[in-house]
Amino acid sequence: MTDTTSANTPRARGEWPLYEVFVRGKRGLNHVHVGSLHAPDDQLALRHARDVYTRRNEGVSIWVVRSSDITASSPDEKDPMFAPSGDKVYRHPTFYDIPDDVPHM
Amino acid sequence: MTTEAQLEAQFADTIEAKDRIEPRDWMPEAYRKTLIRQVAQHAHSEIIGMQPEGNWITRAPSLRRKAILLAKVQDEAGHGLYLYSAAETLGASRNELTEKLIAGKQKYSSIFNYPTLSYTDVGTIGWLVDGAAICNQVPLCRTSFGPYGRAMIRVCKEESFHQRQGYELLMTMMRGTDEQREMVQESVNRFWWPALMMFGPPDDDSPNTAQSMEWGIKTHTNDELRQKFVDMSIPQAEALGVTFPDENLKWNEERGHYDFSTPDWDEFWSVVKGNGPCNDQRIAHRKRAWDEGAWVREAALAFAEQSAEAAAPAQTGSAPGQTGSSPATTTEETAK
Amino acid sequence: MTNEPNAPKVHVEHDEAGTTVDHDSHESAYSGLLVNDAHWAFGTDFEDPLAGVDTTVPEGVDPAALAAYCLMLGDDALVFSQRISEWCSNAPDLEEDIALANISLDLLGQARLLLARAAAADPSLVPELPASSPVPDEDRLAYFRDDMAFRNVRLAEVPNGDFAEAVAKILIYSTWRLAIFERLTDSRDSVLAAIAAKGVKEMSYHRDFSARWVLTLARGTEESRARLLTALSGLWPLWAELFETHPTEAVVAAAGIGVDPAAVEDEAGVILDQVFAAAGIDRPDRGALAGVRGKKGRDGLHTEALSRMLAEMQVVARAHPEGQW
Repeated sequence: MTDTTSANTPRARGEWPLYEVFVRGKRGLNHVHVGSLHAPDDQLALRHARDVYTRRNEGVSIWVVRSSDITASSPDEKDPMFAPSGDKVYRHPTFYDIPDDVPHM
Repeated sequence: MTTEAQLEAQFADTIEAKDRIEPRDWMPEAYRKTLIRQVAQHAHSEIIGMQPEGNWITRAPSLRRKAILLAKVQDEAGHGLYLYSAAETLGASRNELTEKLIAGKQKYSSIFNYPTLSYTDVGTIGWLVDGAAICNQVPLCRTSFGPYGRAMIRVCKEESFHQRQGYELLMTMMRGTDEQREMVQESVNRFWWPALMMFGPPDDDSPNTAQSMEWGIKTHTNDELRQKFVDMSIPQAEALGVTFPDENLKWNEERGHYDFSTPDWDEFWSVVKGNGPCNDQRIAHRKRAWDEGAWVREAALAFAEQSAEAAAPAQTGSAPGQTGSSPATTTEETAK
Repeated sequence: MTNEPNAPKVHVEHDEAGTTVDHDSHESAYSGLLVNDAHWAFGTDFEDPLAGVDTTVPEGVDPAALAAYCLMLGDDALVFSQRISEWCSNAPDLEEDIALANISLDLLGQARLLLARAAAADPSLVPELPASSPVPDEDRLAYFRDDMAFRNVRLAEVPNGDFAEAVAKILIYSTWRLAIFERLTDSRDSVLAAIAAKGVKEMSYHRDFSARWVLTLARGTEESRARLLTALSGLWPLWAELFETHPTEAVVAAAGIGVDPAAVEDEAGVILDQVFAAAGIDRPDRGALAGVRGKKGRDGLHTEALSRMLAEMQVVARAHPEGQW
């Protein structure tokens, strides 16, 4: 897997990069992951998040973060697929170049 | 080293325990492919499903109904978006799936190949079509693949409002003029059979059902869900004051269910194979929107790349609350 | 949204609704729904748009002038909302489809309030329908007036172009209207002031969203820049009309209930120029679109596009003047 940063996220077929959206439902609560969306940049991602995920006034505060900027623990030590780089983004395999020697991809 | 047999056993254990499979888990290739097909078809259905109802947004007969309808069709775009995101966790991007849809390589629910010929259809679609969709979808909130189940929870919450608004529109029209009552019956007559066909072909004719049920992707057979929908809809029709166009519809004490006629499966297959009243129109519409949007999507990418190159603090936007260097972008107190 | 998502109760409640609602013309099935979620969709969470609001016209104000003014503002919002709603299922991507629908819904909500305010201030404005018609006043105004009775500016009605035209038009409209609404929050008419306060929040977002896109398209690709310039050039002739003072506007401004649009021209122009500067583009060099013997949108003299748009918008409502929806 290649090491990606927010500035050079692979953009297969000209696709807008993926963002993860976190919403604080009301004051006093944590931001919670609610889903994802595509946007060309951070600012539009924020606007999109407002439109897509708070249409019903679900939130008082939104965070967006590039999926490729998320560092994740490996949830499963037995998971061989991402073992060589288990600390990278976990949720969206499209952002990975899958090594050729991994079976069943 | 973990062998493939061990991985398979682990996967089977997770399914057996009715636990969820998450994107990073190992999964059989056939499971992944089946899921992509199902989630994509579901996402496409939401997006194509915007068109038949969207057809009446500009003509909705009251400002309140216009707002409800626009909000509903907007929800469908949102549902499509959630579902494409779920498919994305399986390695299928939205662009790729959209390209397949407009190339005719992936399907969407055939119901949307029927035309909306009257504003009343907005109500009927809410009641019967969304109602049938809910029957299909509620069990999917417990589907074995985590992201799909989570997307479906969100979809189902919103979908139940859709069904209610549809039924409520029809109820309101039934309290109106004779002409309006006729409109409701006429619309119900047109949508009843297509709604029943939404559950898919009879079980004998549904080759993938067994495997999908074993994997926990599917939890009920087509015929089971169809029967449930019929049983549920009849009291609703009675409360509304309309009938369904089926002379064989009657309560069967022995079975504890309503009997009903066999849907016209020839028509079903004909529509599935592309000969429905609106197949070409729906795809052409989606293709046009997608093609005409290409320059916008490209421009936004080009702009984002330039902004990124122009180094960190040199952001040009005038919006308040910009963060520039932080990887996460936040807004407090969103408007409204 | 506090309900358990998996609960299959959604199926059952229709029967309950069907048996409890018949005698109640205010749709309690729907109200029941609102108990669970007051915001399932923008602009749909109320029956009477001005329920519980004191609609007494302030002293020293001609109710007819107030109503005529609300009609102007309401028609702007309604007609522009209708145009933007045409984008539904046609936007460049799903995120933009949803965003445009939100803007359309916000404007539609404003239109309902403004038209209801107009009707409450001067009931003689409201088109007459058969005595048994249940059509509410704001819908009578929206659906049973002809194009020449509409008082919207022509910017709101011109047919849609491409996405560049959409964001350019939203930027121009919201920059203009926001400047007016910010002042209108001080209106002596408390209803209008409240409507404006709500609108300010909404349109701040519309302006922000569209400005961001104008910037993006201006600096994106050659094609996007060319399309944006074409769109702005096409829309610019409609800019001047936004700031022309109609006699009604002069009257309500003098009475402290309305805003003279001429008073916000500089401010709106400065904001727009800031966006243009960031985008690296100039104001288009185009003259103002003439009226007919000086009459324009505010006088009921429109482009050819409006009557066609209204024909579509009004077709179902007019076929059922006694219909219930």
